Amino acid sequence: MIGRIRFLLQLTHGQRIARRYFVTNGFDGALTMMGLTMGFYTAESAVATPVVISACLGAAVALAVSGLASAYVSESAERARELRELEQAVVGDLQDTAHGQAARTVPVLIATVNGLAPLAIALFIMLPLWLEQAGMALPLSGLESSLVLAFVSLFLLGAFLGTVSGRFWLASALRTLLVALLTAGIIYFVNA
Amino acid sequence: MPVIKRVVLDVLKPHQPNALEFASAIAGRHDGCLIRITVIEVDEKTESTLLEVQGEDVPYDGIVETIKSLGASVHSIDEVEVSSAGKPQR
Repeated sequence: MIGRIRFLLQLTHGQRIARRYFVTNGFDGALTMMGLTMGFYTAESAVATPVVISACLGAAVALAVSGLASAYVSESAERARELRELEQAVVGDLQDTAHGQAARTVPVLIATVNGLAPLAIALFIMLPLWLEQAGMALPLSGLESSLVLAFVSLFLLGAFLGTVSGRFWLASALRTLLVALLTAGIIYFVNA
Repeated sequence: MPVIKRVVLDVLKPHQPNALEFASAIAGRHDGCLIRITVIEVDEKTESTLLEVQGEDVPYDGIVETIKSLGASVHSIDEVEVSSAGKPQR
């Protein structure tokens, strides 16, 4: 089955698309979580951890559903258009071929990646909040630890991008970290 | 009953799967067949190819079905070798 999925992805260059969606929506998820935790951290009065968790979880779910739905709709339309153009070129119906199957299956796979990427990263960033709520002692507060994980996630996403694009991974990682620090700085000054 | 030993087909295929994957897919589904593909012409979305299949008993209908399932189409049979010294008569 994995071999078949890999074959269908190759037919439509789906791996490239999925990789691109993983990075862009993963970046969205990480930056959104960083923004939320930074907002709570710089709030005038302290916010209870369960409230922070509820807000972050709500945002994570919304990002996942948005990523899933938007990618499925756009990729389905693109694959259907490509299939139609190919059918015109070969002068035949390709619905029952590997290309037809790819046009129906690949949008689901790409939508899954686009939805799961921000959710997984958001849940990773929220981990210290859950640990704090469970009574575990952390070196930093739950919010501070979440902020650190958000910066680490963005750094790693940048490193991944750099590796994939063949550029120096550290430069790419520092670039995304800079974007995160800039965003955190703006939120800090807006709330000051 | 005659058996097909070799057949050369004029096949129009999309760029994906490429010639290697296309030949491998056909060979993978039909044991005992030697597959050779020659790409004759390339245009924006398709490639014209000559697909040669050799074997002790080439399953022509199965080969055509596999070609169609990979998004390609058989335009013509260009060469064929058939042997009458094949399966024994019942």
